[in-house]
Amino acid sequence: MRVGYAGWAFAAPALLIITVFFFVPVLSALIVSLTDFDLYALADIRNLRFVGLDNYRQLLHAPQFWRAVANTGYFVAVGVPLSLAASLASALLVNSRLAYFSAFFRTAFFAPVVTTLVAVAVVWRYLLHTRYGLINYALAHVGIHPIDWLGDPHWALPAIILFAVWKNFGYNMVIFMAALHSIPVDLYEAARLDGASRWQELGRITLPMLRPTLLLVSILTVAGYFQLFAEPYVMTQGGPLQSTVSVLYFMYEEGFKWWNLGSASAVAFLLFLMILAVTALQVRLTRDAQAR
Amino acid sequence: MSVSGARVLLHALLLGAAAITLFPLLWMLSVSFMAGGEASAFPPPLLPAHGTLANYRQLFGQQNIGRYLTNSLSLAAMTTLLSLLLNSLAGYAFAKLHFRAREPLLRVLLAALVIPSQVAMLPLFLMMKWLGLVNTYAAVVVPAMAGIFGVFLVRQYALTIPDELLEAARIDGASELRIFTSIVLPALRPILVTLGVFTFLGSWNDFMWPLIVLTDQGLYTLPIALATLSREHVQDNELMMAGAVLTVLPVLALFLSLQRYYIRGILMGSVKG
Repeated sequence: MRVGYAGWAFAAPALLIITVFFFVPVLSALIVSLTDFDLYALADIRNLRFVGLDNYRQLLHAPQFWRAVANTGYFVAVGVPLSLAASLASALLVNSRLAYFSAFFRTAFFAPVVTTLVAVAVVWRYLLHTRYGLINYALAHVGIHPIDWLGDPHWALPAIILFAVWKNFGYNMVIFMAALHSIPVDLYEAARLDGASRWQELGRITLPMLRPTLLLVSILTVAGYFQLFAEPYVMTQGGPLQSTVSVLYFMYEEGFKWWNLGSASAVAFLLFLMILAVTALQVRLTRDAQAR
Repeated sequence: MSVSGARVLLHALLLGAAAITLFPLLWMLSVSFMAGGEASAFPPPLLPAHGTLANYRQLFGQQNIGRYLTNSLSLAAMTTLLSLLLNSLAGYAFAKLHFRAREPLLRVLLAALVIPSQVAMLPLFLMMKWLGLVNTYAAVVVPAMAGIFGVFLVRQYALTIPDELLEAARIDGASELRIFTSIVLPALRPILVTLGVFTFLGSWNDFMWPLIVLTDQGLYTLPIALATLSREHVQDNELMMAGAVLTVLPVLALFLSLQRYYIRGILMGSVKG
């Protein structure tokens, strides 16, 4: 019995914090999203009205919201596969039996992950500078004319994707490396006895054995990439021509610039639903692929 | 391909990739020592003509960056210490102390891991406003004092503590608090270092929430100050790079010294269950 009381007493402070500052706000967000909470309600709560699903209805009819959804979708659809490919490729290279100094390379590839996003975004904004940026300078050597990376609506999001891949790929690389370590060595030995080439080893052993890790990592990465915010905030401020406004950026402006907290809460929930839907799809597709 | 040919190709790829990942960081460092305007040239210089500390001097002098450095440091330190205490208590309880409703609670927490933190952000802001905590450090520290990820990380590790050890202490008449401080905490030390590094880095690098609740310039953390500065001083590349160096260097140093612990945290976090 004593142990039971102690258990509650030990768990209570953390549970209290998590309940008050996470569960209660999440549930309140659902309620706030059904009201017209705005600057007037912020000044005097009596101005608050219940509006049902109006916020959601208005959002689904707002071109700016769809623009943000499309931008975020593009960022996820291009950024996640690129990021995973870079992670997997670097994990395979660093893990190779032939590699020297693999600890150094692992640390080098991982370093961007721990850096402060805002700080390295400032660095990249400068690397991407149209006139003085080193990226355009390097491209000039192969005959490519200067690109206005962050000022051209067609290039701003791809530039942010490049930056995000650079910043993030080391994280999943570490997870892939651990998964590669756990593949039994005898599988490769047997394959070699049967005369399999390196590419066959990769396609027939390594990738199939990595499938559970791949699913997990892609779910986590998709959820992370959906939460795009600081990159456009620092690098483009959502521009040019709204081309880098993400769903979270939209939510931030709706909530903390225009103080439409009801509508902003609805945006937050729609984002959550999008993440859930894509996650469910990923799990489904993987299951189907395994069943085949 | 011969083995030596493969080895050369492999290292060429590795070196190329390392050059791409490290270059922006090294260049940031180099430009931070350049004189004002030097980096706004074509072709961009790789190294400063005459290294100078002028940018750092300006940051600490006119821009008051020492203040933001202190703010970031104290916020991250406070958050880390408090969350280590609360998460380790709860993580241990969920692993080793049988209390009522433990299993259903655990399932609820696990399920809630899928909810992005931004969903809670707007009501959390209103809550802070009603509590009068907007523009105080409490608004940043208090919600971060415990987290589901932290509780689970500690729990996974605490499961490995042998029950016999705890039972023996109970038979000897030790109180539960005493058992926690003299047996459990020492056993948890490695995972607490891991969680500590995670929390510190997370708090130091956090952007969106501090941006929302700390609007008073005197309270800014480094990332917020840097973002504001970079919107005002778009042209001062050298100054910005020095600011970026000051922001990145502390966390990079912390990571390099405790790398092993940090990577274990990633691996434990990714193989939940």
